[in-house]
Amino acid sequence: MKDKLILAGITASAFLAVYPVAFLLTGSLMNPSELQENLAPVVSGADETYASWSLLPFAPTLQSYVKVLLEQPEFFVVFWNSVKVTLGVLAGQMLFGVPAAWAFAQYEFKGKKVLFTMYIIFMMLPFQVLMLSEYLVLHNLLLIDSLWALIIPGVFSTFSVFVIYNFFRGIPRNILEAARLDGAGEFRLFIQIGLPLGKTGIIAAMTLQFLEYWNIIEQPMVFLEQKSLWPLSLYLPSITLENAGQSFVASVITLIPALFVFFYGKDHLEKGIIASAVKE
Amino acid sequence: MDKEKQIRKIKQYMKKRPWLVFLAPSLMGVLVFFAIPYMDVFRRAFFSSAGNRFTGLENFRDIFANEAFQKALSNTGRFIVTCIPLLLIISLLISLFLYQHTKIGQYVKTIFLIPMAIPIAAVVLLWNILFDRQGFLNGFLDFFGVDAVDWMNTEYAFWIVVSSYIWKNLGYHIVLWIAGLSMIPENIYEVARMDGAKEGSIFFRITLPNLLPMVFIIVVLALLNSFKVFREAYLVAGDYPHESMYFIQHLFNNWFRDLSLGNMAAGAFFISTMLILLIILLQKAWENRE
Repeated sequence: MKDKLILAGITASAFLAVYPVAFLLTGSLMNPSELQENLAPVVSGADETYASWSLLPFAPTLQSYVKVLLEQPEFFVVFWNSVKVTLGVLAGQMLFGVPAAWAFAQYEFKGKKVLFTMYIIFMMLPFQVLMLSEYLVLHNLLLIDSLWALIIPGVFSTFSVFVIYNFFRGIPRNILEAARLDGAGEFRLFIQIGLPLGKTGIIAAMTLQFLEYWNIIEQPMVFLEQKSLWPLSLYLPSITLENAGQSFVASVITLIPALFVFFYGKDHLEKGIIASAVKE
Repeated sequence: MDKEKQIRKIKQYMKKRPWLVFLAPSLMGVLVFFAIPYMDVFRRAFFSSAGNRFTGLENFRDIFANEAFQKALSNTGRFIVTCIPLLLIISLLISLFLYQHTKIGQYVKTIFLIPMAIPIAAVVLLWNILFDRQGFLNGFLDFFGVDAVDWMNTEYAFWIVVSSYIWKNLGYHIVLWIAGLSMIPENIYEVARMDGAKEGSIFFRITLPNLLPMVFIIVVLALLNSFKVFREAYLVAGDYPHESMYFIQHLFNNWFRDLSLGNMAAGAFFISTMLILLIILLQKAWENRE
């Protein structure tokens, strides 16, 4: 009995944890005037009354969506900026990060430990600490105030190397030895054995990195000057509560790709999270 | 013909040092975009803001005398030592339970992971409405006759950041703990139970020691993610939030805006040295356990 109660409690808190999703959906479907009325106390800061909310919109409408999609051309611009940055980073990581993970996982060489420690350190250091050095190098390469300033450092982010490395390490070396004896070249080993067997780790790393770069905030704040280059994640908080409807719609639209990627990568993601923690 | 020569050269390299071919492109990027500029910042820590006059330890004296730096550092430290143990304990307790109820646990685990996917900016919207002086939370408390609290502009702001961190990272750590739990062979438990061991002592003498190898990485990931929660704090409250949630993120942004490069370099030098020492220590501990 006690067992059941705890389980129910945990399940309830899990649902509470995802309530924000429902909250955003409800808000985005509310009539702007209903929303205005609900949130008026927060917007005006008038004393004595508090913001109110209903679990479902009184009369659901797509008005706010229409407003954002038809009347706000800048919304498409920032949406595309986000897509470009995220896809650019992921593609680059596939190209550079995955082979690097393979090198660390499957070969022994002098200096490997030092280099790998360096990768771990750059994975761990928070952006604030690296901000100045990154800014200076991007400035010297004339990349400031362009989307490349977000993409290139992202491509060389070492987090995915670390996650995928842990996965590649799980591939038994004797499989590779056998293939080598059969005369397979090193590159073929990587393509035909490494990639398929490491697929889960790669997808997991990419899912995590998608969520990371879809939410990119600090970098554009420091590296971009033109507002037209802003990604969605930075544009969104700039919508004030007076336009709450648009704020909700933009949030939902930002949420959808993230949830989609999340559910697509979910099973791999869990295995990947595990692989990042367990030394085989 | 030059091209052919090049291809042959790469092929030769591939035979002799295959790892270099795989690693070089990434390593070059890491060196150019992180390692070398980072060394440059180390140098700058000992130079004036313009970067041309050697000033010795002056920048360090500056920042340690700076009240904002002290505040940001102590808040960040306090945040880390508060939220990481909390997160680890809560996620472990939930995992222990979900692990015993595999069927339903699977779904619940996934639900706990979803907050990871919720965009930060959307969270910010929710915060603004929830914790405003006229917001939902006060409205709710009003029912019970509790007086309104200005959550974002009091000590509570710190706890809002802590709970939002736990909310975001709980699922991730539950997955990690459950993975660790599932690696403990079932027969150890059976033997212990047959010997009449109590559940409490089973936990402390079997479960916990067996989970230890995973603790390193779990702590590392928790630490890594703890710096990311400042995004929310920043987006909600801007450059000058309530002093209880003034973190190094705010400090560095303000320095950056004021072009105090010398201060930034010294701050980055100091904080990263501490972190690097911590990382190396943790790694040593990790290796010793194997």
